[in-house]
Amino acid sequence: MSERSNTKELTKELFRKLTVRPPADVVLGESVPIWRDVWRRLRSNRAAMAGLVFMIIVVVMAIIGPMISPHDYWTNSLEHTNEPPSGEYWFGTDDLGRDMFSRVWMGARISLIVGLAAAALDLILGVIYGGIMGYVGGRTDEVMNKASEILYAIPYLLVVILLLVVMEPSMWTIILALAVTGWINMSWIVRGQIMQLKNQEYVLAARSMGAGGSRILFRHLIPNTLGPIIVTITLTVPSAIFAEAFLSFLGLGVQSPAASLGTMINDALDSWTIFPWQMMFPAVLISLTMLAFNVFGDGLRDAFDPKTRK
Amino acid sequence: MSTLNVKKSAGPLLEVNGLSKHFSVGKGQTLKAVNDLSLTVQAGETLGVVGESGCGKSTAGRTILRLYEPTAGETKFEGTNIYKLKGSKLKAMRREMAMIFQDPYASLNPRFSVADIIAEPLDIHGLAGSSKERKKKVESLLEMVGLRAEHANRFPHEFSGGQRQRIGIARALAVNPKFIVCDEAISALDVSIQAQVVNLLQELQDSLGLTYLFIAHDLSMVKHISDRVAVMYLGHLVELADSEDLYADPRHPYTQALLSAIPSVETGTEQPKERIVLTGDLPSPINPPSGCPFRTRCPLATEKCAAQMPEFREVSKGHWAACHYA
Amino acid sequence: MENMLSVSDLHVSFRARGGEVQAVRGVSFEVKPGEAVAIVGESGSGKSVTAQSIMRLLASPPSYVKQGSIEFMGRDLLRLSDKEMESVRGKDIGMIFQDPMTSLNPTMTIGRQITEGLIKHQGLSRSAAKARAVELLSLVGIPNPEARYSQYPHSFSGGMRQRAMIAIALSCNPALLIADEPTTALDVTIQAQILNLMKDLQKRLGTSIILITHDLGVVSEVCDRVIVMYAGQVVETGTKEEIFRSPQHPYTRGLIRSMPHLDQPKHEKLIPIPGSPPDMLQPPAGCAFCSRCEHAMEVCLNNDPELLKVGESGQQAKCWLHHPLAKEVQQA
Repeated sequence: MSERSNTKELTKELFRKLTVRPPADVVLGESVPIWRDVWRRLRSNRAAMAGLVFMIIVVVMAIIGPMISPHDYWTNSLEHTNEPPSGEYWFGTDDLGRDMFSRVWMGARISLIVGLAAAALDLILGVIYGGIMGYVGGRTDEVMNKASEILYAIPYLLVVILLLVVMEPSMWTIILALAVTGWINMSWIVRGQIMQLKNQEYVLAARSMGAGGSRILFRHLIPNTLGPIIVTITLTVPSAIFAEAFLSFLGLGVQSPAASLGTMINDALDSWTIFPWQMMFPAVLISLTMLAFNVFGDGLRDAFDPKTRK
Repeated sequence: MSTLNVKKSAGPLLEVNGLSKHFSVGKGQTLKAVNDLSLTVQAGETLGVVGESGCGKSTAGRTILRLYEPTAGETKFEGTNIYKLKGSKLKAMRREMAMIFQDPYASLNPRFSVADIIAEPLDIHGLAGSSKERKKKVESLLEMVGLRAEHANRFPHEFSGGQRQRIGIARALAVNPKFIVCDEAISALDVSIQAQVVNLLQELQDSLGLTYLFIAHDLSMVKHISDRVAVMYLGHLVELADSEDLYADPRHPYTQALLSAIPSVETGTEQPKERIVLTGDLPSPINPPSGCPFRTRCPLATEKCAAQMPEFREVSKGHWAACHYA
Repeated sequence: MENMLSVSDLHVSFRARGGEVQAVRGVSFEVKPGEAVAIVGESGSGKSVTAQSIMRLLASPPSYVKQGSIEFMGRDLLRLSDKEMESVRGKDIGMIFQDPMTSLNPTMTIGRQITEGLIKHQGLSRSAAKARAVELLSLVGIPNPEARYSQYPHSFSGGMRQRAMIAIALSCNPALLIADEPTTALDVTIQAQILNLMKDLQKRLGTSIILITHDLGVVSEVCDRVIVMYAGQVVETGTKEEIFRSPQHPYTRGLIRSMPHLDQPKHEKLIPIPGSPPDMLQPPAGCAFCSRCEHAMEVCLNNDPELLKVGESGQQAKCWLHHPLAKEVQQA
């Protein structure tokens, strides 16, 4: 049964008592901080890594894209309308002769700014509001939770339309509307997590040592909620990007000459069979960007919590 | 330190008087977790608290440390009622008392390194000093509990249960407390590891002069470590005595049943014992029985027990029990 | 007597991030009809994995049986199809789990959970199944069985739930009952009730029992024979008396010594086993207990000992100390 390990002939010498025993109290494995562990799992997920690479490309191009093109995004050029992609105009031109390459990356820039704003709102409003609901609990939680439920019940589109009564349609309308309702999901996630964590013994231990509320909230509770927070953000961003494109497509968001992927798709709609590149570049870019964020977000969730993966 | 010195001129280190803790559980109902608990703990002694789950022993321990606000009663630490303290005085009191928890997995923040965990009380009370001093203190604490200095930068998930419990003990000792509540501190550990941790606790008590409130459900371990033992049932203290005395001559019928229920490792030397098997289950602490809380399961119960709550009285010298027939 | 169950050279591993966790490494034992056997070990010793392998309850992946066989009444359970295994589970082998709170379905009445197996395995009619279920409830000592029959688990206390679990496990008169830490989640006074019940039922029904536990006290209450596991291997087997009175493996000895006894003089130090169990990702090449053993010899470092017979009876210990050469060296 144990042949495999009996390497040597048994001799009397082998039965002498050991003077030095191997160490009996081993600490398992090597020191791996949780972040590096997450990164290791994430790295082995090919789809998520492809998403990450694509996200980086979009971010870089949104910054430098309009600069490396020989043409700017707003100048009309009536001699060059509706040109197909060429060495001169890499993605072709639109019906006013504007450079599609510059416009597409300008559109990506707006998409990303809206996405970033959504993330920031999630992080500031959502985390703090949810953190307070979860940590304080009781009556405060009840009132704050009801308030968030009421806000959540208002459709996003309605908020945008109401805002348009008092302001011109622009990127800021969209961001302002996000500020009203966009962070509520995050606050609920944080609240649930904190409520669960605040009864953990390490929180009780900190209290028994005399730690105050803010130390407990910011040193113990929120750091242990970072996983779900980050995952929620990576999933909020694509939905905000899509909301911007969709509203701009309907004419409720960004207006010409500013370039949004949504308005560009709308402009190209009438003649997309004749000038397909005018539709194709913005449509493909927004689809791939959303896909990349979603795939990356999923991968991140699995990396934080390997149990959810099959 | 093994004998209880009642004649000592100074008062007890800790004195609990009429402590109650009730929780509201909705629908106007209250869960009476601890009722009218009174006991004293002398400096340097170990007072064991035993009872089954739901008897209120953990709640009592947490209320004594003021992790819960009491419903009634007082806890005096060196003569000061700790429930009256506020602000910096309350914070200062927290340096004197510490807690060791049951679950070596849940009681350490997984995102903290071992050094940050052990130094947390130092950080809270501003006692850490320079980062070099902090590191030195952490290392000496690690060595005190039988771990090595190089473990300081590791994370809790890399340690075994027993090693984690040592980290929890090091954390409790960081600010030199006088009084430590051990809340089921060894229950989650394997048998061979329990003995390591119990020995460590005893060594630390001898070298640092610590006082323990040792809460557990394992009666043989409680007897081993405690000078005196308190038995709780359904939120009430039912018996309190010197540990030898309690195990040799239990007076309350619940204590008798509890002791006889311990499955023993038969080594051939013991006589097979007469077992008292209690019938029925623990009543709900939301809706406790009238009179004596134990009467619904007690083999000796009479009408008097339903009508009248037995007084917690001294049945022989230093041996207290709450039973009409003790 | 013929063996009812014989496990031989069972190896079970789990795939984990760091590699292969070798939870069970060559376990062999037998259970005879009507016998109560205890498998004792600490967490990570592989005792629960062994039990769950017999029932084929482990999810695969991440677990897989690397080698070995589990013969139950002439059939190798590891070779049965999932369908065939379903008819073994519940019918021929019943199982009780540690946590009576989570092992009952909260959305079904206790009665339905008992009759389910009776109708499925024994083809009883609904009314016959109900009569049998009520009988079982009273057999396991649940008062008012008729009323309890139509109640849901949440109205049962922990001890009552464990009794109900036992009723379910026994419903089809299984030949073997596997109890995986059946009293760990219960209080001492309730534990005493459940142990008494198990002992009583075993006497009356003649069911074989495998009791998985970490508590040596529980073992001595119920079982005849004891198997001690450490680091995925059987390190000692023998009768209850042999194991408790003259343990032959240093681990078993250490385990018994590290527990306080009620009649022990006050403030006598316990003698713990130093260190902690090995990492099962890289189990040691030699004896797994070597690093914690006060008698460790050179041979223990790289050579895995075999289960050696000690004394005249059936007691066996997996320790080089019982090798003839060790005795020669000691005498010299």
